[in-house]
Amino acid sequence: MKLITAIIKPFKLDEVREALSEIGVQGITVTEVKGFGRQKGHTELYRGAEYVVDFLPKVKLEVAVEDETLDAAIEAITKAAHTGKIGDGKVFVFSLEQAVRIRTGETGKDAL
Amino acid sequence: MKTMRLMSLLAAMMLGFSGLAMAQDEMAPETMETAEEMAPEATMDEAPAMAEEAEVMVEEEAPAEMSDAENATVQLAYALDTFYFLVMGAFVMWMAAGFAMLESGLVRAKNTAEILTKNIGLYAVACVMYMLMGYNIMYPGDAMSPYFPGFGGLLGGGDNSVEDVLASGGDTYYSGLSDFFFQVVFVATAMSIVSGAVAERMKLWVFFAFAVFMTGFIYPVQGFWKWGGGFLDAAGFNDFAGSGIVHLCGASAALAGVLLLGPRLGKYGADGKINPIPGANMPMATLGTFILWLGWFGFNGGSELVVSNIDEANAVARVFVNTNMAAAGGTIAALVVARLVFGKADLTMALNGALAGLVAITAEPLAPTPVVGTLIGAVGGIIVVFSIIGLDKLKIDDPVGAISVHGVVGMWGLMAVPITNEDASFGAQLLGLVSIFVWVFVTSLIVWFVLKMILGLRVSEEEELMGTDLSECGLEAYPEFKRD
Repeated sequence: MKLITAIIKPFKLDEVREALSEIGVQGITVTEVKGFGRQKGHTELYRGAEYVVDFLPKVKLEVAVEDETLDAAIEAITKAAHTGKIGDGKVFVFSLEQAVRIRTGETGKDAL
Repeated sequence: MKTMRLMSLLAAMMLGFSGLAMAQDEMAPETMETAEEMAPEATMDEAPAMAEEAEVMVEEEAPAEMSDAENATVQLAYALDTFYFLVMGAFVMWMAAGFAMLESGLVRAKNTAEILTKNIGLYAVACVMYMLMGYNIMYPGDAMSPYFPGFGGLLGGGDNSVEDVLASGGDTYYSGLSDFFFQVVFVATAMSIVSGAVAERMKLWVFFAFAVFMTGFIYPVQGFWKWGGGFLDAAGFNDFAGSGIVHLCGASAALAGVLLLGPRLGKYGADGKINPIPGANMPMATLGTFILWLGWFGFNGGSELVVSNIDEANAVARVFVNTNMAAAGGTIAALVVARLVFGKADLTMALNGALAGLVAITAEPLAPTPVVGTLIGAVGGIIVVFSIIGLDKLKIDDPVGAISVHGVVGMWGLMAVPITNEDASFGAQLLGLVSIFVWVFVTSLIVWFVLKMILGLRVSEEEELMGTDLSECGLEAYPEFKRD
């Protein structure tokens, strides 16, 4: 099993969710986050004085998948979240040791 | 037409009476019927002439029928003017909500509950202090001198009797307590101005302590100078609804407080850099500005004091129009200046521009034509942008721009009066401006200084960083955001 963590542009969330649903992903966890990468921040203006906003709003997705689904899931996310402009985000993949469905006590693949 | 007008007046009078239990008791049913019978004769045009004769006729016990008609007219006008006064006062009370929303929008989220507490608390303190002593300092009856009216006293509960009002023949044209009500909401407005300027770093209870002195003594003394018949009134100083007496007064007290308080942590960098501290909630600030704009119709419109004849009704309408136009002028001017100077249309400057327009027109909202009123407001809107930038360069930290909006533009409003009002002079306006500023600034500085020595003005550095919501109120404005 693998855990995919993806940082994407917030307005791409719906498209990414649909793309993942199409390949059979049963659930995702979403967090509103802030951060910076190569896109860096931008300047804003308040009452005549400029200030730099270092951290831009992004959405972080966490998706647990079976090993066989991993490549399809990565492709779904990268395709759907792609705009070609700076700040599209990143995908990280981790090995997932265990998963448990709390309601039934199922473990491993059955819990995904 | 005239009958229709009188009937609608009558309707307004009855509405007014429903809120005026005192007057209602005195109104005999026969008088009401007579008023309706006499309606065609008792036209508005004749009313002033009849009113002048009324006193004589009452004394001579003139024919009952005529006397009834005149009495009905006087009672009608008294009720209408009182009703108008009370409604206008209620509008001004609503400005307290405007200040609360504006200030809560322009501070950071961690100081929201504290600034709201300040706003409702100061309103209540102002009401109580003005009742205890302020009103009778400002309107002393017989003053100790034109410069110092006395120490005031408790507001009485009595009001004009029917006999006295009828005997005055219309010279007494509104309820005494309606006057108190209208005045007390002005005091609260002046105090609200202070709260925004000292936001995010002052101790809550020190602020309330200052409010006691400000609303009980400092404000009423300078209010007496003009509106209570003191030396500024005698000198020919003009201030229709209080560009000086309310707005400059509030801003002068705020300036004294800010100078002793110092800027918010992190506002000014060591190298002279100005760090903006953006307000948390722009919709709230915008709503607050709209509420203030609405309340200002009461502030200026009510200051005409009388509405119950054609000339006065026209005057009130003109005051409404000029007040509205000045706010529009101020908004556009500030928006355009901000766009030209900063390259962006800064919303907070537009909001301050609207208020600047309103403050600018407050000293004389009657004499200007609507076009001139717009221009007076627009100049206020231009001044306020540069004033806010200038005060920032002087490291005078005013989170909401209150000193610029109410103080600097208040001065402009006072000095603009002679442009449209032939009875005003630049000399008398300047005398008023300097007198109000010096009195309020110096007395406030003393009070702030004593409070600083005894209690300290500022919360600790740690409390300021944590937010005054937690340190002063023990609660947060938006606790759910962290809990769900």
